[in-house]
Amino acid sequence: MLDWLWVIPALPLAGFVLLVGLRGLPRPVIALIGVGSVGASAALALLAAVRYLSAAGPVVPIRQVLWTWLPLTSFHPTIGLHLDPLSLLMMVVVTFVAFWIHLYSTGYMACDGGYGRFFAYMNLFVGAMLVLVLADNLLLLYLGWEGVGLCSYLLIGFWYTDPANGRAAMKAFIVTRVGDAALAVGLLLLYWHFGTLDIQSIALQAPHVWVSGSGLAIAAAALLLGGAVGKSAQLPLQTWLPDAMAGPTPVSALIHAATMVTAGVYLIARMNAIFELALPVGQVVAVIGAVTLLLAACSALTQTDIKRILAYSTISQIGYMFLALGVGAYSAAMFHFMTHAFFKSLLFLAAGAIILGMHHEQNIFKMGGLWRRMPLTFVTFLAGALSLAALPFVTAGFYSKDLILYETLASQRGSPVLWACGLVGAVLTALYTFRLVFVVFFGPARREPQRGGSARGTAALGCGSFQAQKPEPPAPTHISWTMTLPLVVLAVFAIVAGAVELPKNVYQVTLLSDWLGVVLPAAPQREHLPSLAKVQIIAGAASLAGIVAAWLLYRRFPSAVRVLRLVRPWRQVYRLWQGGWGFDWLYRRLVVEPFVYLARANRRDFIDLFYGAIGESAKLLHAVLSWGQTGKVGWYAACLVIGAIVLITILVLT
Amino acid sequence: MIPEALILVPLLTGLACLLAKASPRAVRTLAMQGTLATLALAVLLWLVHMKWLAIDPLTARSLLELNLPWIPALGVSLHLAPNGLSVLMVLLTALLGVLSVAVSWRGITQRVGFFHFNLLLILAGILGVFQAMDLFAFYFFWEVMLVPMYFLIDVWGHENRHYAAIKFFLFTQVSGLLMLLAILALYFLHGRSSGAYTFDVARLVDTPLPSPVAFGLLLGFFAAFAVKLPAVPLHTWLADAHTEAPTAGSVILAGLMLKTGAYGMLQFLWLLFPLAALDFAPAARVLGVVGILYGAMLSFAQFDLKRLVAYTSVSHMGFVLLGIFTPNELAWQGAVMQMLCHGLGTGGLFILVGYLSDRLHTRDMRAMGGLWASCPRMGGAAMFLAMAALGLPGMGSFVGEILILIGVFHVSPVLAIVASGGLVLATVYALWMMQQVFHGREKVRAADLRRTELGVLAVLIVLLIYLGVYPKNVFDTFNSTIKHSRTFNSLMQQSQIEDP
Repeated sequence: MLDWLWVIPALPLAGFVLLVGLRGLPRPVIALIGVGSVGASAALALLAAVRYLSAAGPVVPIRQVLWTWLPLTSFHPTIGLHLDPLSLLMMVVVTFVAFWIHLYSTGYMACDGGYGRFFAYMNLFVGAMLVLVLADNLLLLYLGWEGVGLCSYLLIGFWYTDPANGRAAMKAFIVTRVGDAALAVGLLLLYWHFGTLDIQSIALQAPHVWVSGSGLAIAAAALLLGGAVGKSAQLPLQTWLPDAMAGPTPVSALIHAATMVTAGVYLIARMNAIFELALPVGQVVAVIGAVTLLLAACSALTQTDIKRILAYSTISQIGYMFLALGVGAYSAAMFHFMTHAFFKSLLFLAAGAIILGMHHEQNIFKMGGLWRRMPLTFVTFLAGALSLAALPFVTAGFYSKDLILYETLASQRGSPVLWACGLVGAVLTALYTFRLVFVVFFGPARREPQRGGSARGTAALGCGSFQAQKPEPPAPTHISWTMTLPLVVLAVFAIVAGAVELPKNVYQVTLLSDWLGVVLPAAPQREHLPSLAKVQIIAGAASLAGIVAAWLLYRRFPSAVRVLRLVRPWRQVYRLWQGGWGFDWLYRRLVVEPFVYLARANRRDFIDLFYGAIGESAKLLHAVLSWGQTGKVGWYAACLVIGAIVLITILVLT
Repeated sequence: MIPEALILVPLLTGLACLLAKASPRAVRTLAMQGTLATLALAVLLWLVHMKWLAIDPLTARSLLELNLPWIPALGVSLHLAPNGLSVLMVLLTALLGVLSVAVSWRGITQRVGFFHFNLLLILAGILGVFQAMDLFAFYFFWEVMLVPMYFLIDVWGHENRHYAAIKFFLFTQVSGLLMLLAILALYFLHGRSSGAYTFDVARLVDTPLPSPVAFGLLLGFFAAFAVKLPAVPLHTWLADAHTEAPTAGSVILAGLMLKTGAYGMLQFLWLLFPLAALDFAPAARVLGVVGILYGAMLSFAQFDLKRLVAYTSVSHMGFVLLGIFTPNELAWQGAVMQMLCHGLGTGGLFILVGYLSDRLHTRDMRAMGGLWASCPRMGGAAMFLAMAALGLPGMGSFVGEILILIGVFHVSPVLAIVASGGLVLATVYALWMMQQVFHGREKVRAADLRRTELGVLAVLIVLLIYLGVYPKNVFDTFNSTIKHSRTFNSLMQQSQIEDP
C-alpha cells in the first residue's frame, strides 16, 4: 500500500532542482513548476490520507525504506519514510497549507525580480519539511530539520540588499542552530544508548532501557527540548522569530507561522516515549509554554508593525501547544497545531494583502477604515482573527484552545496555575487580536493608499525598483484571484476545522484524538475531573472579555490608551514589552559582543606571536654574531685574548 | 602496475611541460591531458580494488602492488601498495589535480611551463605519499611535495608570498626532520632486534618497542603529520601559505596536502604504535576539539576572504584529528568522509575566492557586498559551499561530522558536546561570509561565472551532495582497509568490552 509515498516529498524537491537548474524560465513556467509540484504533492497527500484511513482493519504504520543512508556495521540509518496518523496529519496540513500559500505567492510576488529564486526556496522548504515529518529515524528527521532551517534563512534574507534583512536571517539561523546543536547532542546520547536512531525502535526500547525519571532519560528529553525551543521560538530562544518577519509575507505565513515553527511541537509529540520517561522535563515544557505564551502575548499587545504582532502571536500560540505537550495532552497540541496552521497562515496572507494594498505600509496606526476598501480581505481576516481570539463555539481556534485549557486542569500533570496562565493568555490574545482588527479595519482612514509606496516598502517589495525583469505592472488596487482564493479557502478552514474534535457536551466527535490515539498517549486524567461546561464558559468569557476590552480601548475610548501611555511605570513596561522583554539586549551583551570582541582581538592569532618571536630571536642572534665579524685582524686578536683571559679566570677560580 | 603509472604519468607530463618549448596554451592542454589520464588511472585503481580484487585476487594484486628494490643494501624498496584509504585519497588527488589545472587556465600567464611542472610534481609526490608502504619511500615522496609547493607560493603567489613560502617551508621541513629521525630510529631498532634492516612498513610493524620509546617515536611522526593537518598550535603557517598561494596552490594545499597529514596518522600511527597511540589519543582529541573551536573563531574574525576560508580548514581538520584518534568504526569512517569533503568543499571555496579576487582585485570583504545581484550563479555556488562548510545535512561534510561526533561520544561524551559547539560557530563564519560578500548593499559589481567556471564548481557541489546522501561507496572502500587491519580489529574488540 502506498508505494508512491516517496513521491510526496520528492515532488517539491524536484521542483527545487528544476528551478535552480533551469535559469531564465518565463514566469508562468516558474509558477507552474513551483505551485504545480506542491499542488501535486498536496493532492497525493490527500489521496494517501484517504487510502490510509479507508484501509480495513487496525491502523498500522507504513514504512518505506528507499535506501540505507549510512550503511555501516554498527549504524545504519535509512532514507526511509514512516507514515502513521501523526505524520499523516502533519503531511496533509503542511502540503495543503503550502499549496494555497504557493498559489497566493504567484500573485504576491508577481512583480518581484527574484521570482524563480523565491519558488525554488519555497519548494525546497516544502520538500525538507515533508522529510522532517515523514522521517523514520532521527538522523533523517535532523536532515529535514536543518533543511527547513536553511530555507528559513534563505527566505528571511530573500531581499538581501537590505543589510537588516541579512542580519535577521543570520540571527534566525544561528539562534536555531544553537538549539539544533543541543538536538544533535541528544541524537548522540540516544544512539549511544539504543544503538539506533530509528524512532520506532527507540520508542519501543525506551521503557525497558530507562527507568522513568532516570538521569539519562531526563538528559535526552532536555536535549530534544533544546532543539524544539530553538525551532519553535520558545523561551529562551524565541528572539529570532519577530525579526524573521523581514522575509516576504507568504514566507511568514508558511514557514514562520503554519509549519516550520511547529516542528518543535511535532518533535516532542513524536518522541513522546522519551518525554513520558522524563516527567520533570515535561513540567519544564509546560512552564516554558505558559511563560512564553504570556510574555509573547504582552509583546504582541505593544507592537505597531502588523507582521510583528502576528509573529509574537505565533510565539504565544506555540506556547499553548507546548503547554499542552507538557501536561501530556499530545493530541490537544496537535489539534491546536492544525487549527493554528489554518488561521495563522490566513492572517498572514490577509495581512500581506493589506500590506500590498497599503503599498508596503506595515504600521497599523497608519491604516484604518480598511473594511470598506478591502471587504473580502476584511471578512477573511476577521474569520482568522475570531479563530485566533477563540470566539466560543463558532471557530476552530476555540475548540483547540478550549481543549488545551481543559486538559491543563484535567491532566494529573496540569495545575490550576498553568490553567490560569492559559486563561490570562486567552484574554490577552483576544485583546491584541481585536486591537489589530479595530485599528486596521475601523476608524478613520489615516492614510490613503499612494502610488509611490514608502521608501522601505519599495526597497523591499516594489515592482520595478528591485531588479525587476519586467516593467512595473499597475499598482495592485485590486487583488488577483490567486490571492483571494487561498484567503477564502483558509478562512473556511479556520472556522470549520474544529469540527474534527468537539467537546463531549457539544457533540460527540473525537475523530482527531481517536485517530492520533494510536500513536500518542492520552494525558493521565485526575480523579475529580473539572466540569467541562464550567471550563468552557470561563474560557469563552475570557475571549469575549478580551474582545470587549479591545473594543473599549481602541474603538470606544481610544484616548484612554493615549493617557495610559503617558503614565510613567506603564510607559516603561510598554517599552519593555515592545522590545520583547529585553532578551535581545541581554544576549547581545552576554554572548554576541564578548564573542565578537574576543574574536576580533585575536584576529592576528596570538599563537603566531610565538613563532614570530622565534624568528625574531634568530634574526637578533644573527645580528649579534655578524656584528662581531668585522674582518679586522686586530679585533679578532683582541677577542682571542679577552676570551682566553675569561676562560683561564674561570678555570682558576673553580 | 597502476600505482607506479599514477606517479609516472603526472611526473612525465610535468617534465614535458617544463622542457617542451610550446605555447602556454599547448602546455595547459598537455597538463590537462596528463591530469585527466591520472584521474582515469585513479578510477581504474578504485575499480580494480573494489571489484577485481574480489574476483581474481592474484591478478588484481599484481595490478595493485609494486615492490622494487631501490637501495637493497639499506633495505630500501619502492613499495607501493594502496589500500582502501589510499584509493580514496588517490581519487581525491586526481580529481583536484584536474580542477587545479582548470582553474589555472586563465590566472597563470607567467612561466606557464614551470608552473605546470611544479603543479604536476606536487601531484606526483602526493600520489606517492598516498601509496607508499615503505617508510623511506614515504619520506622521499613527502619531501618531493615540499619544494615545488614552495616555488608555487613564492613565484606565483600574492603580495606577501616570500614570507608565506619561507614559513611554509620551515614548518614542514623542521617537523619532517623529526619524522625522519623517528623513521631512522625505528629502522635501527627493528634491525638490531631482528637482524633484518628494512623500511618496509609491513615488517616494521612487529618491532618490539619499550613503551616510552614507542611514545617518543609516535611523537616524531605526529609532529610532521600535525603540522600538515594542521593541529593547533602548529597551524600558523597555514593561513599565510593558503592566503598567499595562487588558487591552484591553495586548492592543493587545503584539498590534498592537509590530507597527507591526516592520512599519515590514520595509516601509520595506529599501525606502527597502537598502544602508544591509544595512550596519546586523549591528548590528540583535545587538540582536535581546540582546533575546531579556535579555527572557527579565527575564521570569523578575518577581513581577508581567503584567510577566512583558510582558517575554516583548521576547524574542519580538527574534526578529522578528533575522529582519527577515536578508534572505532564510526569515527574513522567519519574522519575519512570529512577528509574527502573538506578537500572538495574547501577546495571549492578557494576556487570561488580565486574567481572572485581575479574579478575584483581584492580579497578584502569590507570592499565587497551585494554581489548576488550581479553574480547570482557565483552566489548560488557559494551558498552551496558555505552550507557544506557549516555541515548542513545532505552534504557529505555532515556525514563526516556526525559520524565523528557519534564515535567520540562513545569514548568521551564531554568532548563530543564541546565539539558540537563547532556546529554553531561554523554557522557563524559561513553566514558571515555570505552576508559580507554576496548579501547587503551592492557595493561592487562583477561578471558572473563563465560556463566552465560554473562547471568546475558544479562538479564539486554534485559530489558533495552525492556523498551526503549516498556515501556507501566511500564506506565500502575504506571498510576494506578496516576489515583487514589487525590493529583495528584488536582495538575494536577492546572498545567492545568498554561499551556500557
